[in-house]
Amino acid sequence: MSAASTPARGWNTPLRRGLAIFAMVFLLAVVTGISQGSASILLILTQATAYALIALGLNIQWGYGGLFNFAIMGFLMVGGAATVFLSYPVNAEFWHSDGPLLLGRALVAFLIGLGLVWAARQSHRIGLGGKARTALVVIAWFAAYIIYRSQIDPAAAYIESTAGFVGGLGLHPVLGWAFGGLVSAIIAYYVGRICLGLRTDYLAIATIGISEILRALIKNMDWLTRGTMTVSPMPWPTPLPQELQAAGFSIANSFVFARLGFLALAAVILVGAFVLVQRAYGGPWGRMMRAIRDNHIAADSMGKDVTGRQLELFILGSILMGVGGAILATFTQIFDPSGYQPINHTFMIWVMVIVGGAGNNWGAVLGAFLIYIVWIISDPLAQVIFLNLSSLTNSLGWGAIPEIDSRALQMRVFVLGVVISIALRYAPRGLIPEVVRRET
Amino acid sequence: MALIELKHVVAGYGGAPILNGVDIAIDKSDIGVIVGPNGAGKSTTLKAIFGLLEVTGGTIEFGGENIANSLPDRLVPKGLGFVPQEKNVFTSMSVEENLEMGAFTRRDDFSETMQWVYEMFPVLAEKRRQPTGELSGGQRQMVAMGRALMSRPTLLLLDEPSAGLSPRYVIEIFETIVRINQEGVGILMVEQNARQALAFASKGFVLAGGQNRFTGTGAELIADPEVAKSFLGG
Amino acid sequence: MDELIFFINRVLISGTVLGSIYALGAIGVTLIFGILRFAHFAHGDMMTMGAFVAFLLASVLAAMGIILPLPMAFVVLPLAMAITAFLALGIDKAFYAPLRRQGAKPVTLLIASIGVTLMIQGLVRLLFGSGTRPLFVAGEAKDIFRIDMSWAGGSRPISITEPQVLMFVVTAILVLALHFFLTRSRLGKAMRAMADNADLAQVSGINTALVVRVTWVIAGALACVAGTMLALDVALMPDLAFNIVLPIFAAAIVGGLGHTYGAIVGGFLIAFAETLAVFNWTAILRPLNAVLPEGWSLPANLALVPTEYKLTVAFVILVITLLVRPTGIFKGAST
Repeated sequence: MSAASTPARGWNTPLRRGLAIFAMVFLLAVVTGISQGSASILLILTQATAYALIALGLNIQWGYGGLFNFAIMGFLMVGGAATVFLSYPVNAEFWHSDGPLLLGRALVAFLIGLGLVWAARQSHRIGLGGKARTALVVIAWFAAYIIYRSQIDPAAAYIESTAGFVGGLGLHPVLGWAFGGLVSAIIAYYVGRICLGLRTDYLAIATIGISEILRALIKNMDWLTRGTMTVSPMPWPTPLPQELQAAGFSIANSFVFARLGFLALAAVILVGAFVLVQRAYGGPWGRMMRAIRDNHIAADSMGKDVTGRQLELFILGSILMGVGGAILATFTQIFDPSGYQPINHTFMIWVMVIVGGAGNNWGAVLGAFLIYIVWIISDPLAQVIFLNLSSLTNSLGWGAIPEIDSRALQMRVFVLGVVISIALRYAPRGLIPEVVRRET
Repeated sequence: MALIELKHVVAGYGGAPILNGVDIAIDKSDIGVIVGPNGAGKSTTLKAIFGLLEVTGGTIEFGGENIANSLPDRLVPKGLGFVPQEKNVFTSMSVEENLEMGAFTRRDDFSETMQWVYEMFPVLAEKRRQPTGELSGGQRQMVAMGRALMSRPTLLLLDEPSAGLSPRYVIEIFETIVRINQEGVGILMVEQNARQALAFASKGFVLAGGQNRFTGTGAELIADPEVAKSFLGG
Repeated sequence: MDELIFFINRVLISGTVLGSIYALGAIGVTLIFGILRFAHFAHGDMMTMGAFVAFLLASVLAAMGIILPLPMAFVVLPLAMAITAFLALGIDKAFYAPLRRQGAKPVTLLIASIGVTLMIQGLVRLLFGSGTRPLFVAGEAKDIFRIDMSWAGGSRPISITEPQVLMFVVTAILVLALHFFLTRSRLGKAMRAMADNADLAQVSGINTALVVRVTWVIAGALACVAGTMLALDVALMPDLAFNIVLPIFAAAIVGGLGHTYGAIVGGFLIAFAETLAVFNWTAILRPLNAVLPEGWSLPANLALVPTEYKLTVAFVILVITLLVRPTGIFKGAST
């Protein structure tokens, strides 16, 4: 990740290479489009756009800040859950029941618990020190937990048995996306406050742990997110295929144009975020960030607020991740907590950024599109291979290969592993590495 | 023939070289001492011999072959021993286990050698089962040297053996070094305590800026007013 | 008495089984961290790999008509361990050693191990399908030993399955063997030396390449045992060990990274923490109902944490340990 300065002279290497690689990815997309159909390629591109936004977020955290965030999946889920809450149609049953009242009481219990813990932490003001204070704080946490559980358990049980779940507020999806970013930012603040002091690989492990905790919570809070029963269908900010059909489009065309509309919106958001981040990177703020990343200790001794800046980066990156996660949830129209896997939603993003080029926004976006397309086409490619293999074994008398569909799906995981192993070994700085402008 | 001979050695950590053509030669009977100001390349010379950094020029002849850029663990069976300045003991292991590790390359029975080390450092015999991390600085230095002696080296490299030790231990360590040399081990050491070390050095090398400045017996160097003024002042 | 039996069955026995599995996995992780200085995220999948190797061998033997009174997976264990150790060496040579030679940072190696995780997971699912299956072949079934407790006033037996008994025995043997290896043998001490101070080990003449190979052999063999035991106790599935990676890391970190005994202690600690956290304490405290005043009674379910959150307990312990005391109980490596 250490930047090397490459002479950006004229029509020479970095620019040309970058363009060549972009051209290749474009070609790849076109070929896939021809073989899979335009509706399919539009689906892939739209999701890739969302992932590009997320990769941009990771680039801010790692590429700029050197922060090893492996909780990406958690932020995606949070973004998705947030947009569910804001944009899903209102669940009238819930609002007419005792649900809100019970939830209100649980909220009060939550606040009381928080207050208890805060009070315990202030106990040093009345002279309690060291071990006594720690013991008091631990007891306070315990008590807070029990108080909260005593209210939330019956509330949750009630909601689940009557209205099913809280439902949404029925607002516009784009607001939901913004809300996703906001909630991610808040969670990132707390996670960052706690974790950012850790050394790099410990930070990675801690964030994986936090991501799993978040997943367990979101998956099991059926009263809020419907848990494993999933929420669908989610409303779109642009016309749905069904709506277009009603307006007279053919079925095939309706999908194409509906997705085109969504893609346009997502692309606008991506471009907007990209421009903002690029400009920040080039300016004094970006220079300071890179100085901190490249030499922690020196920057600290110069008086720069290292931890504060790192927290800033962490939050900014998480906002993009939250928005990206919200966009994905809205696009697929389903929010399914069990569908979030570390492989798909954390590791893949890392592969995108590493292969694309950490520290370089173009690299992150390129990596996102490239890896996502590779990820998707691994499945049909594997299917073809397996089918041929299967007819071979059949003719040899060993019988056909069972479950080709699900096995071919696993090829994606394998390919991802191979890609990242090759990238680490032969192109550790990525396809479009960071270009450091010589500053005199 | 000299036990070890460095000829115009150029070496560094990959960037600009720290050693710029260093010549050193000592025999088995010698106690060689390298002194000089900070940054002169004293420790670097020892590390270059022991394969811990890259030698880009010159030769290091030991036992008839050029050992420049060898792997450290290949040099121990050849008869070289090295006592680093810092982190020179296995703190989580007992004294006796540290010594055993020094004998790792030996396939024969090394109990005699261990006896010899315990005779040289009686204090260690008492504390043989104690974790080395619990010993005092001076005792740890003894363990470090004992560990290097277990492989029965013909040449022992010591990087600032008196660093951080109280004056009483410094004298003891130097006396032990003389004794080791008398028992047939060549010594090449780097020292900050220049005057004290040169007092019993049979060969002294003053380095500055990665090159030789003065060479002679220890007594000659101490007596030389130019050397004393520039390098032995403090 | 019944309550005590319930406690023994639900907590003591299952906690010890889980603890053994965590301990064996954590030892591998902590050894790799101590000697190779990186977090080997692919360890869980190494366990899965080992379990599938055992499954293959057992199936092959069963197909050849060889059936023994013990579960076949145990019978093939030594061979499976050897194969897994060999595979572990291969993986290091192909994926980690080249990066080490390039001077890669620990985090790069962590990411490389994630790449290995993905490849093993994908490969295993490709070859074996995503389904779940029991690790018993050719009609074997789980033998359950029931110890009658009526002589002590209990109305239910203490039940323990055959695989669980074998697990205790195997774990005890392996831990003992490892202890002797590390404290009595030349190579074992060299491993401890290298974990203590790698530079000094090299300077002392210790063949560091050899020590690295031995580390992978031990880690691979232990991972195989842990994975096979887990599969015997639960079931064999490709997801098997991915869920286990974090609790194992938690165990290794809690015990102090680099400390083998710490890993064992950590493994049992985490296992019992999980088991006790989801345990329904009401079952034991039922006799108290008689003592409580009229109208009051214990809630039906007095578990600290709902069962869905069982694994979450390990994650929480992991995060808390990293924040509060990253060196763990036995003061291993940290920042």
